[in-house]
Amino acid sequence: MSGRSSVVTGVGVVAPGGIGRKEFWQLITSGRTATRRISFFDPDQFRSQVAAECDFDPLAGGLTRQEIGRSDRFTQFALVAASEAVADSGLELDKESVDHDRLAVAMGSAVGATTRLEDEYKVLSDGGRDWLVDPRYASRFLYEALVPSSMAAEVAARFGAHGPAAVISTGCTSGIDAVGYAHQLIEDGDADVVIAGATDAPISPITMACFDAIKATSARNSDPEHASRPFDASRDGFVMGEGGAVLVVEEAGHARRRGAHVYCEIAGFANRCNAFHMTGLRPDGVEMAEAIKDTLRQAKMSPEEVSYVNAHGSGTKQNDVHETAAFKRSLGEHAYRVPVSSIKSMVGHSLGAIGSIELAACALAIEFGVVPPTANYEQPDPLCDLDYVPKTAREAPLDVVLSVGSGFGGFQSAILLAKPGRAA
Amino acid sequence: MSAIVVTGVGVVAPSGVGADAYWKSTLDGELHVRPIEAFDASGYDTTIAGQVPDFRSEDYLDDRLAVQTDRWTWMALAATEFALADAGYDVTARDRYHTGVAFGSGSGGVEFGQREIQALWAQGRRAVSAYQSIAWFYAANTGQVSIKHGTKGPSSVVVTDGAGGLDSVGYARRVIRRGTPAVLAGGTEAPLCPYSLACQSANGRMTTSPDPRHGYKPFDVDANGYAPGEGGAVMVLEDAGEAKRRGVNRVYAEIAGYAATHDAYHHHRPSGDCTQLTRCMRKAIADAGLSPEDIDLVLADGAGTSDLDALEVSAIKETFGSRAGKVPVTAPQGFIGRLCAGGSALNLVVGMLAMRDGVVPAVGNLAEPVPGYGLDFVRQPRRMPVNVVLVNARGYGGFNSSIVLRKEIS
Repeated sequence: MSGRSSVVTGVGVVAPGGIGRKEFWQLITSGRTATRRISFFDPDQFRSQVAAECDFDPLAGGLTRQEIGRSDRFTQFALVAASEAVADSGLELDKESVDHDRLAVAMGSAVGATTRLEDEYKVLSDGGRDWLVDPRYASRFLYEALVPSSMAAEVAARFGAHGPAAVISTGCTSGIDAVGYAHQLIEDGDADVVIAGATDAPISPITMACFDAIKATSARNSDPEHASRPFDASRDGFVMGEGGAVLVVEEAGHARRRGAHVYCEIAGFANRCNAFHMTGLRPDGVEMAEAIKDTLRQAKMSPEEVSYVNAHGSGTKQNDVHETAAFKRSLGEHAYRVPVSSIKSMVGHSLGAIGSIELAACALAIEFGVVPPTANYEQPDPLCDLDYVPKTAREAPLDVVLSVGSGFGGFQSAILLAKPGRAA
Repeated sequence: MSAIVVTGVGVVAPSGVGADAYWKSTLDGELHVRPIEAFDASGYDTTIAGQVPDFRSEDYLDDRLAVQTDRWTWMALAATEFALADAGYDVTARDRYHTGVAFGSGSGGVEFGQREIQALWAQGRRAVSAYQSIAWFYAANTGQVSIKHGTKGPSSVVVTDGAGGLDSVGYARRVIRRGTPAVLAGGTEAPLCPYSLACQSANGRMTTSPDPRHGYKPFDVDANGYAPGEGGAVMVLEDAGEAKRRGVNRVYAEIAGYAATHDAYHHHRPSGDCTQLTRCMRKAIADAGLSPEDIDLVLADGAGTSDLDALEVSAIKETFGSRAGKVPVTAPQGFIGRLCAGGSALNLVVGMLAMRDGVVPAVGNLAEPVPGYGLDFVRQPRRMPVNVVLVNARGYGGFNSSIVLRKEIS
């Protein structure tokens, strides 16, 4: 639109299996999985008793006791991941060299402070006894829990970001849409640097119960390490995850002038709705394909140039079929040649957060020239007949990476990342 | 770049369902902040709110959908119906990808959420509704509107507390500028269940007066906090050229300028100065290609606490300089309470109706302005030509947004 383009210059990750981008990368290229029996509470009553939990210590992550005291876990993830990303970018935000009026925050989350809201509710309602809750038991910080915008406000305050700030909350596409929004803020000239990403901390009884109720989550309780099985014929639902990732998204010239290390360029972003059903997906993948085709148009690229597809790959029966069809519809014959993988097989599905975690994976994949595998992929499904990179990471030069997401409400998002200098 | 215009508006507010009913009540100066009726709020610090009386789901959607959705979604669906009818816009008559949806959301479907958490802890996980996963989350309204009307264009949900109504329009503008001809924007809220009220009370900014007259009083010497409220507004935004091509001959206003800034000061305390709100207003005016002299009317955020009101007054003074005392300022939300993201969306509609009718409603429930403020607060409905309006909104935690509406399309 304007000749302004955006690049990724910093990556921070809080993920199951290890905190920090190095541990994250190590995990997802090893093919190990971080899914396990739920330890945060007794999961006995639930249909799905597995999750990908973060072994997260906010103090070790550099948060103060007051930040921890007032913030839900999803905000804590955001502060820790953002700190890592900003440090990685080499931006000296405490110096005058950065224009804080042009520093923005675009953070996604699907369910915000749902864990804290539930924990506090137990107290105010005396364990679910009283509908007319007793407000005298309310924590001083319940408003921060009620409004997920508090997460973006915390990030803005910590880094002195006076540019536009927002939480983008489009369910399970939040993580892609937030980074896409950051890309648009830069294209439109509203910011030069955006702290962008997404977090969610949904491993709580109410979230497990609500997905139990529609049998969306895996009930492979006897085998938690192998419960997340995207594209495998025996898949039986997604495995709840948590965590987050933050990218420093920067105007290309701004990054170049300061000699920043560039992971990749954001070459295109698009989203669509299926206008079909809040949870259901048609098997044809039409709207996701539209979003993918739009990103290719923006990048002026042909499908053949895509060297890796980071799939949504949630591991539900219908998602993986829907998505496979979308790849064929948008990439044509190339869909059969390009490697497609889902890191949800290893780190679970952290709702809104996962889109950003997957973009962190894509940035690192381009950086290191390695395609992370789909763990647990053993038994092909005739309806899912692409190259899903079973179990073992694959070395390959990656010039252009496509990442997609699909979420409740019918949201379909796609984003295209390219090796520096590769995009038009 | 083609202009972006508003071709239809839909309102659900404590003072009226439908833009006409709302507007009449607002000009009549009726106070619609009342003691909370939805439940026994006597144990709460805040006991008054702006409620939409007699708002029933069955008037706007079928029972099957009603059980799947929270009250805030019913209001979004109703406001959307009104806006589409007002604009004469038929989603299905054009390419489905040509219409998007971008709504603000403050707190989602809290009543539905409370009910299901209650069910879980009182009765166990099998008592939790199959619709919990789709009813309470912040994206529910955008998804339901997209499904109901068949829109497949780029869509989103922008969460910036009370600024969300303006930011949804800012988002919609980006979508339209990238080639999608029309976007439904705005937002609704329905945060008046027991648990949500307890959560809101924790922010320390709500009135504790049981008397609506003494409750939410923006810019008043007795400003003592706000009353919460439910409702909001949805607008049909279109590319001006596309709207003309489909034969639209009535446009409310152009979205001429937009800006957002953040205080980045403290998670709770208001900023120590008005720098970022001032910058936001100036940027929005400059974005419209205008100067402060061009602004006919300011629709203020009017937070209703003395510190936040004083900050906004300072920002208006800095923005308008020597002309500050001459620019009419109003905040009709004093009549209905603060509707969070729904409220800022609704104030855009106020600005457009003021343009249409050449009349500006009064600041709601303002009895005695703080003497030192020195602004021209509108005290009675004022007949005047209104061509350019600046609308402000703020969100808890430091969000600032401003939009400039212009009657004459550039």
